[in-house]
Amino acid sequence: MDLSQLEVGQTGVVKEFTDLEMSVKLMEMGCLPGETIKVTRVAPLGDPIAITVSGYQLSLRKLEASTIILQ
Amino acid sequence: MKADIRVALAGNPNTGKSSLFNVLTGLNQKIGNFPGVTVDKKTGTMQLPDGRHAEVVDLPGTYSLYPKSKDESIVFSVLADKIDTARPDLVVVILDATNLKRNLLLYTQIADLKIPVIVALNMMDMARASAIQIDVEQFSKKLGVPVVPMAVRKGEGIAELKQAIAYANKIALQPDSIDVNVFAPELIGQISDELQVDNPYLALQLAHQHEHLRYLTNEQSDRIETLEQEHSFHSQKAQAAETVARYNFINDLLYDTVKTPEAAQHETFSNKIDHILTHKLWGFVIFMAILLFIFQSIFAWSSYPMDLIETLFVLAEDAMRNIIPEGPLASLLIDGVLAGLSGVLVFIPQIAILFAFISILEDTGYMSRVTFMMDKLMRKVGLNGKSVVPLIGGFACAVPSIMGTRTIENWKDRMITIMVTPLVACSARLPVYTLLIALVVPDRSVWGIFNMQGLVLTAIYVFSLVSAIIVAFVLKFILKVRERGYFIMELPVYRMPRWKNVAFAMYDRSKAFVIQAGKVIIAVSIVLWVLASYGPGDRFEQIEQKYSSAEYKKTNTQEDIDRIIASEKLENSYAGMLGHTIEPVIKPLGYDWKIGIAIITSFAAREVFVGTMATIYSVEGDTDNIQSVQEKMASARNPQTGLPVFNLASAFSLMMFYAFAMQCASTVATVYRETKSWKWPAIQFAYMTVLAYGVAFITYQLLK
Repeated sequence: MDLSQLEVGQTGVVKEFTDLEMSVKLMEMGCLPGETIKVTRVAPLGDPIAITVSGYQLSLRKLEASTIILQ
Repeated sequence: MKADIRVALAGNPNTGKSSLFNVLTGLNQKIGNFPGVTVDKKTGTMQLPDGRHAEVVDLPGTYSLYPKSKDESIVFSVLADKIDTARPDLVVVILDATNLKRNLLLYTQIADLKIPVIVALNMMDMARASAIQIDVEQFSKKLGVPVVPMAVRKGEGIAELKQAIAYANKIALQPDSIDVNVFAPELIGQISDELQVDNPYLALQLAHQHEHLRYLTNEQSDRIETLEQEHSFHSQKAQAAETVARYNFINDLLYDTVKTPEAAQHETFSNKIDHILTHKLWGFVIFMAILLFIFQSIFAWSSYPMDLIETLFVLAEDAMRNIIPEGPLASLLIDGVLAGLSGVLVFIPQIAILFAFISILEDTGYMSRVTFMMDKLMRKVGLNGKSVVPLIGGFACAVPSIMGTRTIENWKDRMITIMVTPLVACSARLPVYTLLIALVVPDRSVWGIFNMQGLVLTAIYVFSLVSAIIVAFVLKFILKVRERGYFIMELPVYRMPRWKNVAFAMYDRSKAFVIQAGKVIIAVSIVLWVLASYGPGDRFEQIEQKYSSAEYKKTNTQEDIDRIIASEKLENSYAGMLGHTIEPVIKPLGYDWKIGIAIITSFAAREVFVGTMATIYSVEGDTDNIQSVQEKMASARNPQTGLPVFNLASAFSLMMFYAFAMQCASTVATVYRETKSWKWPAIQFAYMTVLAYGVAFITYQLLK
């Protein structure tokens, strides 16, 4: 299960990443293994999505979200 | 004034860093360049409580010392560069108290470089409102650095921060947040030895970033590369491990010092706004309404100050004509320099208004929502969600819009936006279009409600946006990407705009525009003035002589003679000769040499077309007197065929030429300023001219 598959309002806990380069950026932004992520909303056209992580809101494209594997 | 101490401001975006910079330095700031890179460097001076002066550098906002964009790469090079004069004695790291966890990552990185640090704990008021409890004393103790609680918007903590800067240590006292040696022990050791680096984290950073650091010699950089291969150093893996270690440190730190309630209150309030502003339907409706409002305001609010500026220039012109004796000098200063200057300064109101809006949209956090909503749509054509605002602003003027593309972090997206923005029908094209439409499109109603001329004008505006999108789509496949595109973007909580920042943005951008674009536009105006005022040999004298005979004076008034002389002089000037020279080239587009001159002079600015037409057809009155220009143009005949010069085919061909050609010295100058190279304005100029010629040719040949 990866982050792009979550519906709005659902939460998940980060397990690992499939893309090393992306993971470096995501971890800097507070998306670390063990962190709880909640999907807050989806953009009107279905992409990108907004998530709540580490106490703030982050938006990322679905393609980027799909590199985050959840527990 | 020599500064006693150099202070750098560092922090995440949206932490109030710019506000703090403005509060600390006031109007004592200037924008320069970081050496060798295309990033603006904002510096200012402030007086400390003990009377000393500090130079403050506002570093670009970043989430980490590992850069994601060119702007961000500055931060580490400034902090690490031992030779550079910009290297600060002290770094003030601004942290958002409502979002400490992510903010602390950058802090731990800077602190580990062992530069003296002060923490400015901003947004304490918001933290209190959200019931976030921070034990500042304990926090400061654990970090080992001074921590100043602040609320910059409300002016809280400013005096305390100045005091802390005055008392700051000259050497760094903070303990290591993490043990960086574990990530690459041998490599760090060897780099430290060979390059005489006394700090292990600096050595590790050199291993990561040596390729981008200007102050390393090529030998040093190559040596680091060799060492990396010897020790099979993997930059990204090491970065990942470092980030995890830093967050472990941060989590421990926050566990002891900060208590956060389950859901912060402002967060939910922000969410409520987002439900409406990013709503599937209302989100777009509201966005369109905001754009319409901005667009309208730029037109409506700027007309009065623009008229005022023009009036002032008329007064200045009168004054100068009285002071300076008539002759080449007066003509150069008045018709060349002053005319050029007025062409630049008249844009200031539009620039200031557009930037006020952009700054409000950014400050409130709405801009990131626009990006969020539009990204998918814009990405399809090679643009970015953030390209929307510059493109729409292009309807007013490309100059401020191109300056506004700085909000686009991705290099390729920003370049494409810059390249296509001048295609959007700007206000300078309006006089050209209205003149030509009035000439060839009948003024009658269509289906009872629409005016045909209005419909044509609307169609041209829509067409301009469509062509910008098509060109963007093509460029998407041509431009090579230098950096991988990301859309990992913070959606900051909604906040009230800071009016001081809005005022600063208006001031900054207007000033930058006047200084940078002004130089070029004045130079171009002078060149055009010379071309239009002088001719080869004694042609001008001959014209003067021809009309000074008594015969002419009898049949014509002096005014008529002056006009005829001016018109004939123009034909025989260098500009006129250029017009004749290019006539064979523009003939397939349906233009004669007179239109050729107008096209050449229009390369200074599009609206010059009307003025040049006025001069060529020697019309009485000024350029605003479009009616008479129109009448003259309508009666203009081709001497060979006897047919009107301006017919449907040639007028539409001309409008298409003006739609695509890069006839704006201010825009060229601005693109140069924004890209800091002549390559991009040259490419832009070339592709737009080719496109203009092609489309105008097709239009003429089809309608002929």
